[in-house]
Amino acid sequence: MSEAVVPDALVSPAVGSMYGEKAGGPTVDFSYVGIDAILEQMRRKAMKQGFELNIMVVGQSGLGKSTLMNTLFKSKVSRKSVLATAQEKIPKTIEIKSISHDIEEKGVRMKLTVIDTPGFGDQINNENCWQPIMKFINDQYEAYLQEEININRKKRIPDSRVHCCIYFIPPTGHCLRPLDVEFMRRLSKVVNIVPVIAKADTLTLEERDFFKKKIREELRANGIDVYPQKEFDEDAEDRMINEKIREMIPFAVVGSDQEYQVNGRRLLGRKTKWGTIEVENIAHCEFAYLRDLLIRTHMQNIKDITSSIHYEMYRVRRLNENNTAVAHANGIPEHHLAAHEM
Amino acid sequence: MASSDVARHPDKGVRPLSLAGHVGFDSLPDQLVNKSICQGFCFNILCIGETGIGKSTLMDTLFNTNFENFESSHFEPQVKLRAQTYDLQESNVRLRLTVVNTVGFGDQMNKQESYQPVVDYIDRQFESYLQEELKIKRSLHNYHDSRVHACLYFISPSGHSLKSLDLVTMKKLDSKVNIIPVIAKADTISKSELHKFKIKIMSELVSNGVQIYQFPLDDETVAKVNTTMNGHLPFAVVGSTEEVSVGNKMVKARQYPWGVVQVENENHCDFVKLREMLICVNMEDLREQTHTRHYELYRRCKLEEMGFKDTDPECKPVSLQQTYEAKRQEFLVELQKREDEMRQMFVQRVKEKEAELKDAERELQGRFEQLKRLHADEKAALEEKKRMFEDDQSSFSKRRAAAQLLQAQSLTANGKKDKDRKK
Repeated sequence: MSEAVVPDALVSPAVGSMYGEKAGGPTVDFSYVGIDAILEQMRRKAMKQGFELNIMVVGQSGLGKSTLMNTLFKSKVSRKSVLATAQEKIPKTIEIKSISHDIEEKGVRMKLTVIDTPGFGDQINNENCWQPIMKFINDQYEAYLQEEININRKKRIPDSRVHCCIYFIPPTGHCLRPLDVEFMRRLSKVVNIVPVIAKADTLTLEERDFFKKKIREELRANGIDVYPQKEFDEDAEDRMINEKIREMIPFAVVGSDQEYQVNGRRLLGRKTKWGTIEVENIAHCEFAYLRDLLIRTHMQNIKDITSSIHYEMYRVRRLNENNTAVAHANGIPEHHLAAHEM
Repeated sequence: MASSDVARHPDKGVRPLSLAGHVGFDSLPDQLVNKSICQGFCFNILCIGETGIGKSTLMDTLFNTNFENFESSHFEPQVKLRAQTYDLQESNVRLRLTVVNTVGFGDQMNKQESYQPVVDYIDRQFESYLQEELKIKRSLHNYHDSRVHACLYFISPSGHSLKSLDLVTMKKLDSKVNIIPVIAKADTISKSELHKFKIKIMSELVSNGVQIYQFPLDDETVAKVNTTMNGHLPFAVVGSTEEVSVGNKMVKARQYPWGVVQVENENHCDFVKLREMLICVNMEDLREQTHTRHYELYRRCKLEEMGFKDTDPECKPVSLQQTYEAKRQEFLVELQKREDEMRQMFVQRVKEKEAELKDAERELQGRFEQLKRLHADEKAALEEKKRMFEDDQSSFSKRRAAAQLLQAQSLTANGKKDKDRKK
């Protein structure tokens, strides 16, 4: 029989074997139905559609946000903010800059959007510095919601919701600052936050471990749930994998987009007088873990949590507040039926 | 979890970038597939065809299992639908399959309304999905999708042309579901007749404007095989769950005195083509078409019917909330009116009752007065009698007293007389 595009030619156990073995004979070939070909169909469909990813980077100026993005995606996704005049150096308010790129790897196309927040934490008075960011995130949810409740809606609703927010913690070595705590507390409720310790090459290994432990304690004490959130673990296997990650956050990262010769190989790193820090060497820093988490293993999970949990929470809140205020979206189910009865 | 179509060429504002090394997001499709494996898949097939045409047998043969089904009678008064759900598993893929069969289709004397229960069923599934989507607290990811993904329409192998019942039914369903027509019991038609039959059927469908499901041609990997298959529609199938030994193998087949019809032999029938198209190549596309085309159409019609519009008469975009609010006001006004009516009726009834009671009260009062008067009269009469009696009594006692006095006087007088005589 003509084979469809099936990844492995393994003849799968007969569907009928659920009901017990068929009586003798080499019937194995003809028991193959082909249900598992749907995996290949899904894969093809996904490759054709392409993917989207929206990452936001938040942190004070000079912590290496742009460099880290460039290191993660091995290309110039963010332009470093090297400003011309001193006047432009300190923005009066926090700006939100979003730049998109189309990248492709082995046939997989992705639209990557990096949302930068210059000016965060740079003012003298940083109260309410999270507000523009919260507003931006909620605006993206709002745009998606509006498109979703349209009558004539697009086939594929463009997804501009922020999937992941990387928060850069300055490497003080002591503990979190009130600004960090406040920001993470508020934003962990609306978006997946991945805290990282920036410029980790200024900390020794002991200082780093101490700092991380302190941070984890403070996060726990303040009830801040960073990604991967405990409550969204699906099963025991998930929990095991995520526990290992939770023991390591925040990742201590070093970013670099320059290559140097080390032991005969060209590696990304930072060259100093006392040695070369290899970015992708897990003995030096934890960049590789961050990259694996964000890109290689948990990217789909991050997007799922954004769409099925954060977005749904926003939607519930939004539709409920219209309920009490002016419009009455809650009435739809009963309203729907009442319209029929009337 | 929608991702937009990433254009092959850069759209404005998005510049393509080349990567200097291996980043690793090529594992994204794998991550997506793994998630789907954990979640499991859902597929719903609707089989429409006359009783006894071989719907259940074909399902059994397609999915290689024995779905418990029993023969239905030919005497159903109306067309009904029977849905059964099964959990199948093949390697690591779990499929929740729902097979919906029509019972009694084509058996009635008057077949005018035969298509209606089917249309109603399909609409009901769309409706419950729409309800779930419109809820405030919804769980779309855990929702068991019961919308019909594929409809196998069984054409009886007359060899001539489609019946008018077939045309009418397919016309009603073509905008609601993906229709895949199949010629059932194809072992009763010879090869040349079959060829003519297929051409006739396709031309009738085209001339009547029935849009059956076309296998998609936009993906290069499957475009070629899909094009070939599109040319073989409708598939002539034979179903069988019995095994016959042919050569040194056991195959699914039907044994006749004149030969053996092998189900999986492409020279004998198109069963393998059907299985490949339906399951191996296009299952995902069927699901997607159902969701993006048929369901969206239903949703649009339903919402417009309820009076929601995207733009109001001045062509300004009207948000759904505004429309809801307008509807809610209407509804409340209606409610208020009904409440007022009911209140009025209630007040009316109360007044009537009060009047009744007042009348009764007055009547009672009148009677009471009457009785009182009667009583007073009698009392007066009695008083009169009592007075007379007392008068009598007093006059009697006076007379008695007078008589006694007289008697006493007479006695003393007699005594004195005696005394006087004695002297």
